[in-house]
Amino acid sequence: MSHDALAAALGLLAGILSAVFGVGGGVVFVPTLIFLGASARVAVATSLAAMVPVVLMGSWRQTTYGSVTWRDATVIGLASVPTAKLGELVADSLPNDALQRLFAVVLVATAIQLAVRALRSQPEVE
Amino acid sequence: MGIGLAAGFLSGVLGIGGGIVIVPLLVALVAYAPKRAMATSLAAILFTAVAAAASHAQAGNVDWTDAALIGLPATAGAVIGAWLHQRIAPRGAVLAFSLLLVVSAAKLAL
Repeated sequence: MSHDALAAALGLLAGILSAVFGVGGGVVFVPTLIFLGASARVAVATSLAAMVPVVLMGSWRQTTYGSVTWRDATVIGLASVPTAKLGELVADSLPNDALQRLFAVVLVATAIQLAVRALRSQPEVE
Repeated sequence: MGIGLAAGFLSGVLGIGGGIVIVPLLVALVAYAPKRAMATSLAAILFTAVAAAASHAQAGNVDWTDAALIGLPATAGAVIGAWLHQRIAPRGAVLAFSLLLVVSAAKLAL
């Protein structure tokens, strides 16, 4: 399969997995991009750009369900703008393997968060 | 506001939205219900992702072809995934997915 077709197929799968399991797109996009041959730095940057349409659609849907408190979202979102810039500078200064290891830590933290949530919830009786 | 500062930093470094910190903090500090926390976090991440992506784009790090190839199908995938999520939420699947993340982490770290 060509790189482009594989990327599109993995993108579709990543979107499904992230919504089914309630994890952010980046958690699935970054490893996918590294698997496709990107360096950790390019994977991080590309994941953020890829996330924009997904988050746009998700926010719109959640707004129509009335689940979004826009005031808090705007405060949190705007506060994140300068530190996102700072984060980019840190990502740019780290060597590739260090950034990749740091991301591995995030994957494990996400896995633990998911597992704890799953084990705490009552088993559903159908 | 502190929530946003932490989320932005994580996002810029790691290419994630920051929901991993926003959701638990909204639940713990502002007593949000998990569903509202997730939805509000998603809307906040819209700002974060645009800011972090723009910053990385300035540094020349973004591969726009791959971003479109992954982001656009993922948008459709997320709609399908949200539909599936209403119908299936088996614990076994969640634990299996957690395991997959740990395996990916090991591959990246080693």
